[in-house]
Amino acid sequence: MFGAGGGTSSYKEAEETDLIILWGSNARSAHPIFFHHVLRGIHNGAKLLVVDPRRSTSAEFADLWLGIDVGSDIALANAVGREIIASGFHDTEFIERATVGFETYRDAVQEWTLERAEHVTGVPADAIKELAHTYASAPTAQLCWTLGITEHHNGTDNVFSLINLALLTGHIGRWGSGLVPVRGQNNVQGGGDMGALPNKLPGFKDVTDDAERARFEAVYGTAMPSENGWHISQMFDAMERGDLRSVYIIGENPARSEADAGRVRGLLGDLDHLVVQDMFLTKTAELADVVLPAAAGWAETDGTFTSSERRIQLVRKAIDPPGEARDDLEIISDLAARLGHDWGRPTAKEVWDELRSLSAIHAGMSYERLEELGGIQWPCFDEQDPGAPFLHGRLWDDPVAGPRAPFTPVEWVPPVDRLTDEFPIRLTTGRHLDSFNTGVQSGRYRSPRRLGETLDLSPEDAAAHGVTDGDVVAVISRRGSVRAPVRTDINLRPGLAFMSFHFPDQVDTNLLTLDAWDPKSGTSEYKATAIRLERLEEEQ
Amino acid sequence: MIGERQRAAIDGVLGADSFGWGSETRAATGGRVSRGGAALRERRHLLLPALQAAQRAAGWVTPEALEYLHDRLGIAPADSYGVATFYDLIDTAPGQSVRVRVCDDIACSGITLDGLGDDVAVEHVSCLGHCNRGSAALVDVVGREPVTVAPVTIESLETAIETGTAVPSADEIGGSVRLLSRVGVVDPASLDDYRMHGGYEALKRALDAGPATVIQEVEESQLRGRGGAAFPAGQKWSAVARANAVTKYVVCNADESEPGTFKDRIVLENDPYALVEALTISAFAVGASRGYVYVRGEYPVAAQRMECAISEARRAGLLGNSVLASDFAFDMEVRRGGGAYICGEETALFNSIEGFRGEPRSKPPFPTERGLFGGPTVVNNVETLLNILPIVLDGGQAFAANRHGSVTGSKLFPVSGRVVRPGLYEAPPGTSLGEIIRMAGGVIGTFRAALIGGAAGEFVGPDGLDRVMSIEYSLGQPYGSGAIVVFDDTSDMDAVAKRIAAFFEHESCGQCVPCRIGTSVQHASLDRFLDGDSTQRKILEDVDRVMTDSSICGLGRTAASAIRSALKLGLIGGAA
Repeated sequence: MFGAGGGTSSYKEAEETDLIILWGSNARSAHPIFFHHVLRGIHNGAKLLVVDPRRSTSAEFADLWLGIDVGSDIALANAVGREIIASGFHDTEFIERATVGFETYRDAVQEWTLERAEHVTGVPADAIKELAHTYASAPTAQLCWTLGITEHHNGTDNVFSLINLALLTGHIGRWGSGLVPVRGQNNVQGGGDMGALPNKLPGFKDVTDDAERARFEAVYGTAMPSENGWHISQMFDAMERGDLRSVYIIGENPARSEADAGRVRGLLGDLDHLVVQDMFLTKTAELADVVLPAAAGWAETDGTFTSSERRIQLVRKAIDPPGEARDDLEIISDLAARLGHDWGRPTAKEVWDELRSLSAIHAGMSYERLEELGGIQWPCFDEQDPGAPFLHGRLWDDPVAGPRAPFTPVEWVPPVDRLTDEFPIRLTTGRHLDSFNTGVQSGRYRSPRRLGETLDLSPEDAAAHGVTDGDVVAVISRRGSVRAPVRTDINLRPGLAFMSFHFPDQVDTNLLTLDAWDPKSGTSEYKATAIRLERLEEEQ
Repeated sequence: MIGERQRAAIDGVLGADSFGWGSETRAATGGRVSRGGAALRERRHLLLPALQAAQRAAGWVTPEALEYLHDRLGIAPADSYGVATFYDLIDTAPGQSVRVRVCDDIACSGITLDGLGDDVAVEHVSCLGHCNRGSAALVDVVGREPVTVAPVTIESLETAIETGTAVPSADEIGGSVRLLSRVGVVDPASLDDYRMHGGYEALKRALDAGPATVIQEVEESQLRGRGGAAFPAGQKWSAVARANAVTKYVVCNADESEPGTFKDRIVLENDPYALVEALTISAFAVGASRGYVYVRGEYPVAAQRMECAISEARRAGLLGNSVLASDFAFDMEVRRGGGAYICGEETALFNSIEGFRGEPRSKPPFPTERGLFGGPTVVNNVETLLNILPIVLDGGQAFAANRHGSVTGSKLFPVSGRVVRPGLYEAPPGTSLGEIIRMAGGVIGTFRAALIGGAAGEFVGPDGLDRVMSIEYSLGQPYGSGAIVVFDDTSDMDAVAKRIAAFFEHESCGQCVPCRIGTSVQHASLDRFLDGDSTQRKILEDVDRVMTDSSICGLGRTAASAIRSALKLGLIGGAA
């Protein structure tokens, strides 16, 4: 947020806030640990509002659920912003002191009346008004989102539209008020923090910043590229052009998880050389020339994890990895040696201390302090620094130290995959409580709740197609088709369908999805696919 | 789809308004907006009544009913299934349409019921609270209010099954009758009759005097709780009165389930208005606006009479927004238990009312601080509340004059077993066990032992007959609930001990390990001990210590008490 990629709040704030909004997040199923904090908040009297096309399991818990059309988030957010301003609920003092660009924003959202938003989002105007007034009048509020916001071709703009609301109401930089992008894995935050991004060095320094890069080069003892690298969607485009011929994949399963999976698998298969380093022999690993079996990131290796609340925690090795599996750090060090660079055998702690010497926000986090304090939230600039439970508190200083927070007006653009007579149903994808992503890690554990892949339909759509629960249908998008059994769900409205992608061996959902990606984040539009159904005649 | 009858029964409890996501709500918003959240969760306390209604309508709670409750209350089926299976009186599998639950507990004689038809399911259950009648059964026919048959004969059971009615024998009462002065005298259905016998004089006096004075009188009376724990009532009341909270509650604990205890039942059935009045006074004194009477599920008559008394009182302006035309607003309702002994524990009772499994909570916080729905709560036993009326009418000091040592006020003793006139006896403080047994006409055979305080109490032998019954350990024999079950030379004490062990194994809620495992080991080990394996004695002692020291609530802490005393007195284990 405002330059550094991390949520502003602590989990604990969800327990002590007055209002929690889950926008494009079904945390109860997809982020169950975070949802425990939400539940505590609810128990302590917080209201819960949910914005989601589906009446999700989280929506069942909500005081108010708004069932928007897929991909109309910006329309809704802009209308909420307009309504807050029109009703005089915006925090003019905060806006004047701590932000820039309010007038431009106000003018940009002016056309987003409740009526227009109702037309675009499908949500009745009075519910939009209630969302606006509830958010603006809450003493503290946590605005949380996940992939329902980011997995769109304009995901970054979606995020900006929410940030604007926090700036409008001053729900930022205070205990209990903040912006919370909940991460999908225990260490997604850590990956970003460590510079596993095409445009960032560890600690969120720009690759293109010569002075910063020079600092890193001095320590690393090598010259580094001065231009941004490719993000994953660009890499596949480069493979298609033939510019990228060799790929080294660590701990990812793009053959299953990427949108338009048919294309992705073809590109990976056509590479000159593919190396996959993973705990499991994934679908991607099956395509590889070389597979490097890796130790489990927990229990079998030392290191750190960083959670969505920017908390770095130690993880300790308890047992040796099985068979030929090895610690990632060992594999990389040995690989470096084979490539002619003798790094020795650094320990996880030594690598961490090197990072601390380069990344200012981690500088104060010695292993000893991480152990003693049970983790520290960045930024932590020195060994006296307790870390930061929440970010941007400076916006409440008078006068504000440093740059003021900018409003970023954004315009609504509908999903790329248009609904037409040929493809009339909107398919959105998501997760179930008991499975994780492509099922590589969770599929081998039994769960009484796991029903396998289904095409979830409103009872109306099922009836219109003459199908009932269990009937197998062909699901067809502009990119591919799969067969899946139908499950009717009254939490879907007519015209909206849902699938997970947990069971790719059964139903390869991502053959349907579109790889139209957000130019700013590189994330594909998994959430909005246009489909049609075809009933299959009973097979003899 | 849920059956019509079951759905109508649930709707009868929940009313027409719904935050759920049934077809109507979904259609009305185009599937775009739903509400619920806190508003829905606040209705969770209706879960147990709804389950009971569904049970009554169909004879069991169907999976479709759980789905329907999910829609109406937002409670996941797995969650409400967990609640339903907690209670003995709720079934989650179909059974016979007629069920007869026969008491085979320590005070009731064994009954064989061979004459009933094949379509009747007979179950043996713990004490039904009719020990004075020698035998008892609860007859449950699908679609009907259950009825109690006591004493049990095949003819009376058949009549009950056919007509849904039963005529119980009169309850014997005796002793220095004062608290029981209206029992058998007033018509329990008639508010006028109650008023003609001095009813509602105490509430008038309380409203005139003001809350502070009422609390002062209760404190001066030195009244201590009659549920078994003997906590000073005035201390509870003043703590809740002082508490700073928007909503406070008063609860009458009428979940009398201690084997051998039937005192509260007799009061509930015969003098229900007295409890309505006393609970109203309690609410006035502490500043509560809402009251609950939690009546044992096996007491259908008591529940009906309380329900009737409450609605009559409401109609007469004795409950509601303006009690006795004052600015004091208060109302109450009856909640019926689901057949779980543990719900007599006050925090388990709160969980039960709130719609959760009736598992006890850890204390502190105590109910006076965080009780029902998290609010400061006074919980008083039926008999404790009954004492409030004379305290308010005559003054705390006058009440306290009737004393033995530090113990004030007379006490109700339900006496059963091998005595000539089983019944409920009221005795002044300082009365000995022998005197109470004499009130009941004496022992039929040769006195062997008495179980004082029910299954959670202890056995007393012949050398205890002269001891004064007192809640003060230093003054005499502690009596717990007051239950006295007498055994003579014809009694099979081994069987009694086994029944007690089986009782605790069945009633342990399973929440804490010492009690869940301990009560089961105690039962198995006692069986082996009574079969002649003397090495089991050490195991019984070990299990006793673990349960007594480390259980969450009083159930586990007292589950070994009776067996410990029986071993000490040499009443059991002749074979070992």
